[in-house]
Amino acid sequence: MAEQPTRILGMNERIQKLRLQSVETEPTLSIERALLMTEAYQKYQGKVSLPVLRALSFKYLCEHKTVLINEGELIVGERGPKAQAAPTYPELCCHTVEDFDIIDKRDKIFFRVDEETKRLQKEVIIPFWQDKSMRDLMMAEMTQEWRDCYEAGIYTEFMEQRAPGHTVADGKIYKKGMLDFQADIAAELAKLDYVHDMEAYDKQEQLKAMDIACDALIIFAQRYAAKARELAASASNPAWQADLEQIALNCDWVPAHAPRTFHEALQMYWFVHLGVITELNTWDAFNPGKLDQHLYPFYNAEVQAGSLTRDAAKELLESFWVKFNNQPAPPKVGITLKESGTYTDFCNINIGGIKPDGSDGVNELSYLLLEIIEDMRILQPSTNIQVSRKNPDKFLIEAGRVIREGMGFPSVFNTDSVVEELLRQGKSITDAREGGCSGCVEVGAFGKEAYILTGYFNMVKVLEITLHNGIDPASGKQLGLKTGDPRDFKNMEDLLAAMKEQTRHFIDIDIRGNNIIESLFAKYMPAPFMSVIIDDCIKKARDYNNGGARYHSRYIQFVGLGSITDCLSSLNKHVFTDKTMTMDHLLMVLAADFKGYEKERQIFLNKTPKYGNDDEAADSLIMGMFEVIYELVNGRPTPTGGDYRVEMLPTTCHVYFGSVVGATPDGRKSGVALSEGISPVQGADKLGPTAVIKSAAKLDHQRTGGTLLNQKFSPDVLSGEKGLAGLKDLIRAYFRMDGHHIQFNVVDSDMLRDAQQNPENYNDLIVRVAGYSDYFNNLTPALQDEIILRTEQQGF
Amino acid sequence: MLSGLIGNIQHYSIHDGPGIRSTVFLKGCLLSCQWCHNPEEISMQAQLYWEKAKCLGCGDCINVCPCSALRLNNDSIDINENICEHCGVCAALCPSLALELLGKTMTVPEVLQVVKKDMLFYESSGGGVTLSGGEPLLQAEFAASLLHELQREGIHTVLDTSGYAPFEQIAACASYTDLFLYDIKHLDAQFHQQLTGIDNTLILDNLHKLAELGADIWLRTPVIPSFNDAVWHINAIGNLARKLGIKDVYLLPYHHLAQGKYEKLGQVYKLPGLAEPAQEHMEALLQILLDKGLNAYIGG
Repeated sequence: MAEQPTRILGMNERIQKLRLQSVETEPTLSIERALLMTEAYQKYQGKVSLPVLRALSFKYLCEHKTVLINEGELIVGERGPKAQAAPTYPELCCHTVEDFDIIDKRDKIFFRVDEETKRLQKEVIIPFWQDKSMRDLMMAEMTQEWRDCYEAGIYTEFMEQRAPGHTVADGKIYKKGMLDFQADIAAELAKLDYVHDMEAYDKQEQLKAMDIACDALIIFAQRYAAKARELAASASNPAWQADLEQIALNCDWVPAHAPRTFHEALQMYWFVHLGVITELNTWDAFNPGKLDQHLYPFYNAEVQAGSLTRDAAKELLESFWVKFNNQPAPPKVGITLKESGTYTDFCNINIGGIKPDGSDGVNELSYLLLEIIEDMRILQPSTNIQVSRKNPDKFLIEAGRVIREGMGFPSVFNTDSVVEELLRQGKSITDAREGGCSGCVEVGAFGKEAYILTGYFNMVKVLEITLHNGIDPASGKQLGLKTGDPRDFKNMEDLLAAMKEQTRHFIDIDIRGNNIIESLFAKYMPAPFMSVIIDDCIKKARDYNNGGARYHSRYIQFVGLGSITDCLSSLNKHVFTDKTMTMDHLLMVLAADFKGYEKERQIFLNKTPKYGNDDEAADSLIMGMFEVIYELVNGRPTPTGGDYRVEMLPTTCHVYFGSVVGATPDGRKSGVALSEGISPVQGADKLGPTAVIKSAAKLDHQRTGGTLLNQKFSPDVLSGEKGLAGLKDLIRAYFRMDGHHIQFNVVDSDMLRDAQQNPENYNDLIVRVAGYSDYFNNLTPALQDEIILRTEQQGF
Repeated sequence: MLSGLIGNIQHYSIHDGPGIRSTVFLKGCLLSCQWCHNPEEISMQAQLYWEKAKCLGCGDCINVCPCSALRLNNDSIDINENICEHCGVCAALCPSLALELLGKTMTVPEVLQVVKKDMLFYESSGGGVTLSGGEPLLQAEFAASLLHELQREGIHTVLDTSGYAPFEQIAACASYTDLFLYDIKHLDAQFHQQLTGIDNTLILDNLHKLAELGADIWLRTPVIPSFNDAVWHINAIGNLARKLGIKDVYLLPYHHLAQGKYEKLGQVYKLPGLAEPAQEHMEALLQILLDKGLNAYIGG
């Protein structure tokens, strides 16, 4: 590895301007894509096969959508007609005018919608798409039972407003242009055997569609080249004029051909990215994956040749960064918004890790990317570091410097464990090593796998229903099985057996829905462009949404692991083991939401073994729950040839799921958020980070597709070289225990103020006081004030 | 079985010696340093505390106390220290953690069981276990036994001490101690007396003897403005370190963040209003030590 130059923080003037524009522009909703899509369907629908219809629609978009170059930018291309303008996808979800009003007016995650847009939605879009969107089609197929459970908050449905996506680019787009992919497609078309292969026609249509999709992206780039030349002709600033001429040359070459330079490589990726997110609004927007490794050959060659400097590379990368931030996640409404209430579209760039041959993958660009994260301080793209035992400690220390800035990223992944997780799922060793993590924490074989998240699953709600003999106390409906009056349960085994039956019942309902939705997308919503860039769709002449990828996983993401464990621990201790409380009394206390029963609540909170304290009494229960989930889900087949698998992550769904669950035996009041990921219940861990890590590591991470562990620290805990070394050692130890992921929430003074007001939510908050660290709640108000002041002075 | 009075076992300590450590606080100390930031560790007895804000007033503690040491007095719980045997039954029962027992009698195997849980963290960080306090040497037999057992488990051991103990006790522990964190508060006997309530002769003698034994030592000096932060004094400490062949010296800047602990204990804080040392001053003092070729650091 090359010697890493000293960190040079700071954006140049161009980047500062671009960044500011991106950050200060208000998100808007754009009707352009919806209108063009409607025109395309009006033009082609019924005349061509479905894959070709989708490809022609995509081409129509690329031919007609607004082409815009923001002054000063070096990487070009927007999804919408301007920065922060999010399109809609009426073929997936046809919003009502009321939806638009809500999207426009809500306080958080709003998109401004102008009157003209509302008019067009009402007069053009709704009349054409109503009852025809995927959302309408799938909802019509769902049973009343599915709907009741969905509305009760037992699970969410990812494809309700968005398309299945969730895959990541591998290195092929830096070695092949669209013309090369078209040559591959032509070769497959030539091989079709219409006499003996009964699927030959379907394959032909699929391949034709992919070919059209390649054309579409080339046309899109050509329009950008033309636009750049047009602007260059009238540019008054000679430097900008030169930039525009370079942009035109880049767009002449990529994506038609494989990139030759660092600059072209970034532009290549960006066109591919725009292709994916214009074709459909795929979940977890797509991302460049191992960006440092993909770009390094270009960087190294050009630096050696003297045609690129580190500063110039940094400027290009920072301009690239802004492009991600310009694309907010498409507007969501209803439950889908609640489960993922953010503008972030989950482009999660992987840094470091290992190479396909298994060797240390950290290079000079890995460090440069860390520097850029610290410089840019923007919401998107998300970033993570992939940490292998083969990576130098220095890499972790440098990442630690960024982590302690308190932006929440990069998050930290255990590459060695990720590889083993992928191997367990049947990936080849090379494909596994080329894989990584995307979205929040999900593992995938980059460029070769469709790993679709289907929805979150509310385990605590299932417990609540179990404790009511199958009735949801919120609605009074009998949603679950009659597994017996819990007052008749003799022991913990009886309770767990009932819980397992209920879980099986609800998972079956969820999977029944998933299977239909998967079939609907396979049939009606092919993604020919996505199929071009994901192996082996071309080779198999099969669409990405129809099992074309080399590997195919469908995930159910479980939420509230900490909460369910602490609930079971309470029941185990107080009702079944110590017998200091009857089930009847416990149910009464919960029904009263602890009103008049504060003592019982305090006993649940303080006198019960809790997950997160390296305490077998609690941790054994989480392991038991995991086995139940795993047995019920893992390995079940999906309609297009995939496997169901499990993940433990919440996005923002733990808040929504908590809002639909009444008081619980862990001392949680009705409506309060559940625990997130595999983190302990907020405030339940009282022995510091080593105990949390020990508890979390007891889960068998390697049988999941990802787990999420959050740790909250004050900046003081991470201060100085000792703080950084401690962070590194903590991470290394967790990863030695096969932990999958950890992220650090470095608190700011606002959060500390909130902790002062609501101490019960922050029992686990550790602050470094001086020569020692202490729980924030242990400090006197005056001392808390002092720490708040000091945190502010550290100036985030 | 040999047991000790433990104030607390803190995990993820990264300022009490190398790597990630668990720090075992042994209760009891004969010094009364005016700046002491662990006042709860000074008493050689367990202490029972009651916090009004947390109390639900359920009265369970009064009923369960085997010594009848608790009494309801209007809306507060009175603890009769003359009767209380610090058994902790009430604190164990108290649902809202309003009653807290500071200090717990633990055997060596019990302590080992707790600290061994973090074995992997010690191994991956070059850390281990630190005995601190209080003054661990006040429970020298227990401390030596614990250190011995820790070493047998392959755990790196640190003893954080004021050095105020008969040398035989230090020597007994030294065989099982990988590293001493040895506090030097003042080199002048009179000043030392004034600051800590005791003379420093024994402390300095012990330091010489310990250095002669070839023990690995880090000197640590709390820097208390106007008490011991003069340039000449830090200079003298540096000279002492060099003379004894000690390479590492840590300057620990005074802070008044322990004030809250005093309030909780119902004790008077002895240095109200004393300013924390200025960063520039700390750096100037550090430079003195660095100039002597020592490995010197600010902070633990």
